[in-house]
Amino acid sequence: MQPQPQPATFQLPAQMAVAAEEIDYLYYFVYWFSVVFFVGIVGVSLYFLWKYKRRPGQKPEHVPDPTKLELFWTITPVLFIGYLFHASFSAYIKQATAAEGAMEIRVRARKWAWDFEYPNGSREGGQLYLPVNKPVKLVMSSDDVIHSFYVPAFRAKRDAVPGLYSHLAFTPNVKGEAQVYCAEFCGTSHSGMLAKIIVVDEEQYKKHLDELDKMPEKCGEKPCTPATWGEQLFVKNGCPSCHSRDGSKSLGPSLKGVFGTPQPIAGSGPVTADENYLRESILRPNAKIVEGYTTVQMPPFVFKDPQVDAIIAYLKTLK
Amino acid sequence: MASVVTSPAHGHSDHGENVNYLIAKRGLMSWIYTLDHKRIGVMYLIAVTASFLLGGIFALLVRAELFTAGRTIMDADTYNHMFSLHGVVMVFLFIIPSIPAAMGNIILPVQLGTKDVAFPRLNLLSFYIYVFGACFGVYSMVHGGVDTGWTFYVPYSSSDPALGGVGTASSVLPMTFAAFIMGFSSILTGVNFIATVHKMRAPGMTWRRMPLFIWALYATSIIQVLATPVLAITLVLLMAERFLSLGIFDPRLGGDPVLYQHFFWFYSHPAVYIMIVPGMGVVSEIIATFARRSIVGYMFVAMSSLGLALVGFLVWGHHLFVAGQSEYAVMVFSALTFLVAIPSGVKVFNWVATLYRGSISFESPMLWALSFLFMFTIGGLTGLFLGMVAVDVHLHDTYFVVAHFHYVMVGGTVMAFVGGLHYWWPKITGKMYEERPAKIGWALVFIGFNQTFITQFVLGSRGMPRRYYDYLPEFQQIHQLSTIGSWILGAGFLVLMFNFLGSLLKGKRAPRNPWGSCALEWQTTSPPPLYNFVHDPVVTRGPYDYHLATEEELSTGWDEIKDDHK
Repeated sequence: MQPQPQPATFQLPAQMAVAAEEIDYLYYFVYWFSVVFFVGIVGVSLYFLWKYKRRPGQKPEHVPDPTKLELFWTITPVLFIGYLFHASFSAYIKQATAAEGAMEIRVRARKWAWDFEYPNGSREGGQLYLPVNKPVKLVMSSDDVIHSFYVPAFRAKRDAVPGLYSHLAFTPNVKGEAQVYCAEFCGTSHSGMLAKIIVVDEEQYKKHLDELDKMPEKCGEKPCTPATWGEQLFVKNGCPSCHSRDGSKSLGPSLKGVFGTPQPIAGSGPVTADENYLRESILRPNAKIVEGYTTVQMPPFVFKDPQVDAIIAYLKTLK
Repeated sequence: MASVVTSPAHGHSDHGENVNYLIAKRGLMSWIYTLDHKRIGVMYLIAVTASFLLGGIFALLVRAELFTAGRTIMDADTYNHMFSLHGVVMVFLFIIPSIPAAMGNIILPVQLGTKDVAFPRLNLLSFYIYVFGACFGVYSMVHGGVDTGWTFYVPYSSSDPALGGVGTASSVLPMTFAAFIMGFSSILTGVNFIATVHKMRAPGMTWRRMPLFIWALYATSIIQVLATPVLAITLVLLMAERFLSLGIFDPRLGGDPVLYQHFFWFYSHPAVYIMIVPGMGVVSEIIATFARRSIVGYMFVAMSSLGLALVGFLVWGHHLFVAGQSEYAVMVFSALTFLVAIPSGVKVFNWVATLYRGSISFESPMLWALSFLFMFTIGGLTGLFLGMVAVDVHLHDTYFVVAHFHYVMVGGTVMAFVGGLHYWWPKITGKMYEERPAKIGWALVFIGFNQTFITQFVLGSRGMPRRYYDYLPEFQQIHQLSTIGSWILGAGFLVLMFNFLGSLLKGKRAPRNPWGSCALEWQTTSPPPLYNFVHDPVVTRGPYDYHLATEEELSTGWDEIKDDHK
């Protein structure tokens, strides 16, 4: 049976993974406890403030300490926090250990984009398709600094640390789109380091994988051309976070009118930005760096030939 | 406290050591070379207030940028610098020295009934070390500042792009060096206070008669002495890595980035208690004075300060729940983290119980203490959410965390700091401030603060990550509410500042004991003479024993010149 998607509440986003229900239960348990406790403390305080307001001529009196009450409010909370610890750690361990037979997805983080590799070796930037109701285990790494893979709808988060594989397991149980954020500060475009997880049924997932390296039929409303597909790839892979398309200054050179114009190269003479130069700059970005941009290192991208062709076709349109 | 002499006695003239400390010596040099703990405290007070103003401007700029999604007033790099500088300035320049070094220096020896701290020269040295460190901080800001956050996480902070690294190009070295230097100031103040509390108490000032503010400062000093060296070592390693490419934390050089986080939080979690525990001490003093009765469960409150200091050392791993530590470590740190709830709860329960059968008045210091109670409770309860590992995974590094620690640090420590300032202002300056603007300022801060940060709990639980320059349109409305709150908050602090400055110029002279407190510091003149008391006091009762205090001690009026209890 398909579980009913829990819509977003005032405090928490919609639930789209199995673990979310238990975590939300814990969240609301401690929330309502806090509300009751807080109202109690404030209520009692306000009552005392009103009742024992200073009156003229009042003499201070000695009130003996309520020792039994003191011991009560020192010891009782131990039982309560014992419960909180037990319940939350149990839920955590369930989430932390990958379910049996989980599908492994390789996630690579870099400034400032997410790159996903499916079990069949196909790669995709900026979005990840997942079949519904199938346990997934992400195997994550980072190419540069620490990032953190955060999916609020799954209540899941894990740092992607350079030099270390980290794991994140979840089972999406509702079809739809889930927003992915980077949650560990990683530099200029930290807030632009977003991605989407698109949960679909098994058939659509297979279909997506088949079509992944080919040009899709539709780009938006219109049929795809290499240039419009190239634009999609350009945006999904996070290129706009460093390369503007309108000539404005950014971390990398603007790509407006780049095709066919000579580029000043650091440490050598100018090179004309033809197809070969653009291809090299995508696949091996640090081979010939434009003068003035040597302090920022663009990571190498992995694309199949048709994808590189499409991106070059798109860059040609930026005039 | 029968032997306290409250005013210069007959036969002494109005010069020499019985003149108040502000005018006992004159000239700039008498301040620069002063060994008087009160003057050193006043210099600290000026320095931390200036830092607070600077950090506050950074905060307002951060909130202003977040008023709309996308660019509002600055670009992404500038924004990243602003929130980092806000954190660095508020933590290292303001909040850590605020209550312990500034207020503690002025009040601690007076409350102990002694002439000065144990090592006055060391005290002056620690102030100048702080200033020296602050200079490096300012140097870093002038040279572009830092964009690493106040946590300086590696490899972003340590891997210099000029040397082929992947990290930030901002001036991390001088800023970490600044924090390194200021650490020594903190350690020396801690050593000084511990020695003073152990060796310099007035006759009759037993451990059980020590004011709770002293207990809090004592607990804080222990943390300062034991934890700060770890930060110093960590920052030295970071600088070595950035400057010399020594592989300690950066995996590209063979290091371990998670190790840095362990080192950093091994200091910085206890540092949270350096920030909050002294605030709790201030609140105990204020509540006792304005409820005119002894603090319920005195020893429980005193010991809970030490308890927090101890437990604070054992919970650093809860900052690493999603960073890549083992599940066993997560389990242990979650369990230990919950222990913090016990001493915190004990304090809150005892403060509320102290109101019972008190004789409560509502001058502005009390309003700040009560708002501390209100907001610290929110800060503490939201800590429970974050202690629950499974829930923390969702909330970690979101605005929920930002809101939580601002409720503890601002709703807690800053409320206590400003409350303490209102409480001891007559003692420190000898002037009374205007009560009405003080209350208006309080109301603005209270409303503004809650509007700024209650909203951020919702942002965070809905999944808005922190340190974001840009955000999805669905968050815009709440961000705007929060930003408007920050303006009210800022306006409140301005009112308070002008009120204090105004009182220096045209405030009424403060009597010895304007609040009718029975604590020792109110038994000497306002401001106190150079050596705090005309004659060394002998303590015969606790600081909150209103039923044992004499009419004369509790008098809020002007002392008549009287005999000197010979």
